[in-house]
Amino acid sequence: MDAPVRARISRARTRPWPETWVAAAFIAPAAIVIVLVVLVPLARAAWMSLFDIALIRPGDEPFVGLGNYIDQLTSPDFWAAVWRSLYFTIASTSLELLLGLALALLMDQPLRGRWLLRTLIILPWALPTIVNALMWRWIDNAEYGALNALLTQLGLLDDYKVWLSNSDLAMWMVIIADVWKMTPLVAILILAALQSVDRELVEVAKVDGASSLQAFQRIVLPLLTPVILIVLVLRTMEAFKVFDIIWIMTGGGPANSTQTIAIYAYQTAFQGYDFGAGAALGYLIALIIMALAAVYLRLLGRTGRV
Amino acid sequence: MGHNLLARRGWLGRCAAISMAVLLVTACGGSAASPSSGPITLHALFMKQAAYSEQDVKAMTDAFTAANPNVTVVPEYVAYDALHDKIVTDQVGGSGQYDIVLMDAIWPAEFAQAGIVTDITSKIPAEFKKGVFESAWTAANYQGKTYGVPWINDSKFFLFNKKMLADAGITAPPKTWDEVVTDAKAIKDKGLAKFPMVGSWKQAEAVICDWVQLAAAFGMTEFVDADGKALFNTGGGLKALQFMKKLLDDGLMNPASLGFNEDDVNATVSAGQAAMALNWTYGYAVMNDAKQSKVAGQVDVVGSPGQGDVATSGVNGGMALAVTKGSKHPDEALAYALSIASQKSQELNTTLAFPMWTASFDNPELTKSNPSFWAAAKTQFSGLVARPVVPYYTKLSNALQVAIQEALQGKVTPEEALNGVAAKLPDLQK
Repeated sequence: MDAPVRARISRARTRPWPETWVAAAFIAPAAIVIVLVVLVPLARAAWMSLFDIALIRPGDEPFVGLGNYIDQLTSPDFWAAVWRSLYFTIASTSLELLLGLALALLMDQPLRGRWLLRTLIILPWALPTIVNALMWRWIDNAEYGALNALLTQLGLLDDYKVWLSNSDLAMWMVIIADVWKMTPLVAILILAALQSVDRELVEVAKVDGASSLQAFQRIVLPLLTPVILIVLVLRTMEAFKVFDIIWIMTGGGPANSTQTIAIYAYQTAFQGYDFGAGAALGYLIALIIMALAAVYLRLLGRTGRV
Repeated sequence: MGHNLLARRGWLGRCAAISMAVLLVTACGGSAASPSSGPITLHALFMKQAAYSEQDVKAMTDAFTAANPNVTVVPEYVAYDALHDKIVTDQVGGSGQYDIVLMDAIWPAEFAQAGIVTDITSKIPAEFKKGVFESAWTAANYQGKTYGVPWINDSKFFLFNKKMLADAGITAPPKTWDEVVTDAKAIKDKGLAKFPMVGSWKQAEAVICDWVQLAAAFGMTEFVDADGKALFNTGGGLKALQFMKKLLDDGLMNPASLGFNEDDVNATVSAGQAAMALNWTYGYAVMNDAKQSKVAGQVDVVGSPGQGDVATSGVNGGMALAVTKGSKHPDEALAYALSIASQKSQELNTTLAFPMWTASFDNPELTKSNPSFWAAAKTQFSGLVARPVVPYYTKLSNALQVAIQEALQGKVTPEEALNGVAAKLPDLQK
């Protein structure tokens, strides 16, 4: 090392940056990126939601205040889409939770080949959503899909059903596809919690005369509650803003029967070019999800204190 | 988002254009240069699939550039689904890069009102006015003005499996929709197909095309009157929807049609599972292609059936070449459009698309490849009907798609479905 370099280093050593400056310097790149790609668009969208902006009508963008929000909140189409999203969310999340819990309990048993079972179970979750959606669209195809073939060959169905073209069935078909994909994640999360449960507690309860079911109900389940709530929060927020799987499988049809709120917002903004209303819808969706999350977090806080 | 940015780009673009112009003028020592004297690059936006292939477009373009050596044409191809958005996002603010864009039959009203495309009514050569099917212009017109040069001509034809019809004892293809029903019942009764018919009735533009074609056969001429009031919820529009519902109720139309697009229709007919269907020109080639079809060679085509006084009807599925408002070389762009839409150019390759010149249909050199299809096309192209020509078409179409599907699913009656959309019209026009 030559002398000038050494001199520079020692100068740097003698006059170090204040710690907060160093911290700020480290954080700055990430902070700048976040401001540019998250905060600026968020603020811009909030601003846009106050105007009547249609892409196809450049230059004519009157200020409408909360008009876009009021239009949406008084529109039957908006509430129908909210209701469909809730339906999808409640159905898929509860099924995923029940099946996930069952799978977790199964994987927790000291079975032979348990590692294989765990690997197989996680596979659906490893598939990209688009692939999963395309796969289920094929399975559900009325003419050459595997589902019709299977059910008719088993004698459970006399006639081919048009799963995705029937407005009473289509929503359930996307729910099934979503449950198939997301249950493994729920199972793995619950399994992790299960494995941290102290087995001795269960053994002690059994010695005291409790049945396996009672031991599960009174001891294991309460210990799992925090993780179950976390799973519920995650899945509810995800499911409420579901878009990709439905868009690929049904495009929101037939007769809008699978048009969830995210699809409604997309169609408003990017098919109707009504960007003001689209921005307002984005904020309304965010508000609903935040409200749902707040409810769960309150519940979570309460159980945390138990 | 970003409309200000686009506007700013427009401003920058104009500044750049002005400075370029100033530079040019000073360079030429103050003398005005003729617009086509220097080298010019035209950017053209086309569609990837259907009608002409990239090789076809290249051949057409080469013919133009050979005659206009100072012009270079840079073509760009996007999927149909991306075409509309690409044009709008590129052109809004008037600063787009494309000089010429391919415009679907349902967009002229919207594009004209948004100031995206140029009115070329006064610049259309006489031979085009005389030689092109009159109804083909409905793909480029809005409020009596023309905004594009018709380039792709297409409509939905009646395709049928002649073997299945013969097996059912039917000697001639149906000429009216009543005959279609009779023939479909015969095919179903003979057990030749569980559902003799199939349609692209998915919640998409596809279902609107079939409905419009049927509505025209049942006597509808206009969907919305000059005051913006709905006409589609009575007369032909309503009869067409009732007819579609009855086909489903009677088990003549495959119920999976409600989720099918045009490719699914081809697949179903090709699998020998349906005897009759409406589809675009390309369907005929697909259904008769031994590589893709079990019934290759059995599928024939005629003009779409009529009903009552209407001999035939065809939805206008054509597309036109429009010169953008943002183009810096509108004259050259129009010259290019007219060149590749000329009769000579259109006759270069007629395997996937019909020309839109009436004379082509009397040219035995062309028609000998499939005289019956050319004859069917000639009849149908003289009676093309446009889908509702309104600037809020996308919104109207989306509302109609949902209403039609609700009626076909039996959730509401056809009257209720169409009246519902009619009542919403003022909202859609906002």
